[in-house]
Amino acid sequence: MIIKNKWHLSKDDVVARVVLFPTVLLSAVCVYGFIIYTIYISFTGSTIMPIYEWVGFENYEKLWQLRHWHIAIKNMAIFGVLYIGISTVVGLVLAILIDMNRMGEIIFRPVFLYPMAISFIVTGTAWKWFLDPGIGLEHIMHLWGFASFKFAWIKNSDFAIYTVVIAAIWQVTGFVMVIFLAGLRGINHTTIESGVVDGATNFQLYTRVIIPQLGASFLSAFVILGHMAIKSYDLVIALTNGGPGQATALPSTFMYSYTFTRSRMGIGASAAVMMLIAIMLIIVPYIKKQVEED
Amino acid sequence: MKKLLVIMVMLAVVFSAPVFAGGQQEKAEGDGQQMAKAIEVLHWWTSGGEAAALNVLKEKVEAEGIKWVDTPVAGGSGVQAMTVLRSRVTAGNPPAAVQMLGYDILDWAEMGVVANLNELAEEENWDAVIPDAIKKFSKYDGKWIAAPVNVHSENWVWANQKICDDLGIELPITTWEGYVDALQKVQDSGKVALAHGGQPWQTGTIFESVVLGVGGPEFYEKTMNVPMDQDALKSDQMLEAFKRMETLRGFVDDNFSGRDWNLASAMVIKGQAAFQMMGDFAKGEFLRADMVPGEDFFGFRTPGTKGSVTFNADQFVMFEKESQAKRNAQKVLAKNVMDPEFQVSFNVVKGSVPARTDVPDDEFTIIGKEAMKDLAQANDDGTLFGSLAHGHGAPSAIKEAVFDVVSAHFNGQYTAEEAVEALAKAVEAAK
Repeated sequence: MIIKNKWHLSKDDVVARVVLFPTVLLSAVCVYGFIIYTIYISFTGSTIMPIYEWVGFENYEKLWQLRHWHIAIKNMAIFGVLYIGISTVVGLVLAILIDMNRMGEIIFRPVFLYPMAISFIVTGTAWKWFLDPGIGLEHIMHLWGFASFKFAWIKNSDFAIYTVVIAAIWQVTGFVMVIFLAGLRGINHTTIESGVVDGATNFQLYTRVIIPQLGASFLSAFVILGHMAIKSYDLVIALTNGGPGQATALPSTFMYSYTFTRSRMGIGASAAVMMLIAIMLIIVPYIKKQVEED
Repeated sequence: MKKLLVIMVMLAVVFSAPVFAGGQQEKAEGDGQQMAKAIEVLHWWTSGGEAAALNVLKEKVEAEGIKWVDTPVAGGSGVQAMTVLRSRVTAGNPPAAVQMLGYDILDWAEMGVVANLNELAEEENWDAVIPDAIKKFSKYDGKWIAAPVNVHSENWVWANQKICDDLGIELPITTWEGYVDALQKVQDSGKVALAHGGQPWQTGTIFESVVLGVGGPEFYEKTMNVPMDQDALKSDQMLEAFKRMETLRGFVDDNFSGRDWNLASAMVIKGQAAFQMMGDFAKGEFLRADMVPGEDFFGFRTPGTKGSVTFNADQFVMFEKESQAKRNAQKVLAKNVMDPEFQVSFNVVKGSVPARTDVPDDEFTIIGKEAMKDLAQANDDGTLFGSLAHGHGAPSAIKEAVFDVVSAHFNGQYTAEEAVEALAKAVEAAK
């Protein structure tokens, strides 16, 4: 074994550093640099463009007084809980069903995973048409003779946010399924075999033996879904554009609207910082755990 | 490994090259009295009729030996274009000329990044030919900063003539009660009474016309133009305006939310709906569908608003450039925009009215002539007001705050009483 001198780098080390350098530089500037810049902007009175005039916490005070922001937060809570909850449960069930029948996997895994390969804009537009009572599901049911069929959630201020949940779950569930499938494959078979020997039913096997061992998969799914939920933007824009009224506003659409269309860049930046904090609450413990495990 | 390294270095060079090249280009065109070879124009006139109209300007500028660099950014009312502009200005590379509306112009002027056109304006005597209400947006701090091209007016109702004839509805309708009766008749006949798209700016367009109809010109100016008067915003007249919005809400179809304005026009064109309340740019949709005014469709001022005009005017703003050559090119563009001949040929194609009041109306259609007369008349009477919904009533922060309340109310999230309170509060908070 070669003993490394701190100052003398091997050829591979040099190559590795050179190759990594652009990536490190780009993320330092374009990710962390702009995070700091955004935080700074959130403390300034920026309007149509950045104005470097310190105003303290004024933007944050204004932000929390805005009804629009409260709607966005409430929608975020509804969307986040349902989106993470339902897609985790459905993804897990699909993964178990596929795992029980390996032959089906060849067909069903791609079928369920494909929505993830579609852009959010396409998903949003397709669901917008499908849910539109004038041309979509309701219209077709009427044509088929079910004249009393009604499904106009997307046009209803109280229910529109649930249509966003539906479209988002449709898109992401296959991906969650794959996470769980990978988890199921990694389970120690001796534990299952001893369960079988002890006479456990299939149901007991899953609830008592297999699912409790999927902790890591649950965590991965939660972290991925959690930050995707907070960042959701394109899907809502394509599906409802935040409407009717502001019924489907999310923090991301709020942030865009205040920064770019309402010329209140300071408030927009403070909304972005709130989103960053929310995402950090999810991601940082996860990264910390990963680092500690390594 | 070596190969990879080489590739990485090459990539780095390729990606950084345009950055340096951009800087050099700026310098190369630097000094001297000569004319820049090209002028970049950022705009959102991308639909067929609009592009055709803009082409008139392009040809004129190119005839003077300046290449027109087109930067179109699609998207109604220029929201996306303004986003692009923001990033370009922030990056220190603004386009030479930008199409802009109302308070956006003043917002940018406040940032100190737009060019002063005073010299040209004095030579051409712009002060005498542009209505004061429009001048308010073309001048900042006494300096000319924008060249207005056209004027659109927002307080219009468009009607399908055939439906109205069949139901015995007489046009034009001049009173609110008559209008409600007509809407009811249409609804009873099984057709959609009011074609509407529930995008905030469309609901806002109806709202400001209703406000004008309820309270008249003075009330409109107090509530829909800054500085907005808190007492007027909280008044009973405002309550009545919101109640009228609720009445109108009863006449739109279930499927209205999110519909584009031109699709709503199409409903009237196809005879699925009887009325649409929309600015005079909707007229272009009817004409393009080969409908004849007075026979197939009809346009009249929103009931109760005759004599007043709520307008929005497209203008070209020049951004400050270091090089004299570029400034010269900007001057050529601005001069051509204000050329009477161009204002006629452009607006005949676009369906709007010239911003200059001193141009002949011979080439315009009957509706165009009428609109020009209305504009001149309203200007004389002092009843020409900026349209709030179209960026000429208040800066965008206040405009959007009003949209928030109006569309929340229209979608049933507020009662009329709550909406009045919320509107006054939202306006105050956005100031």
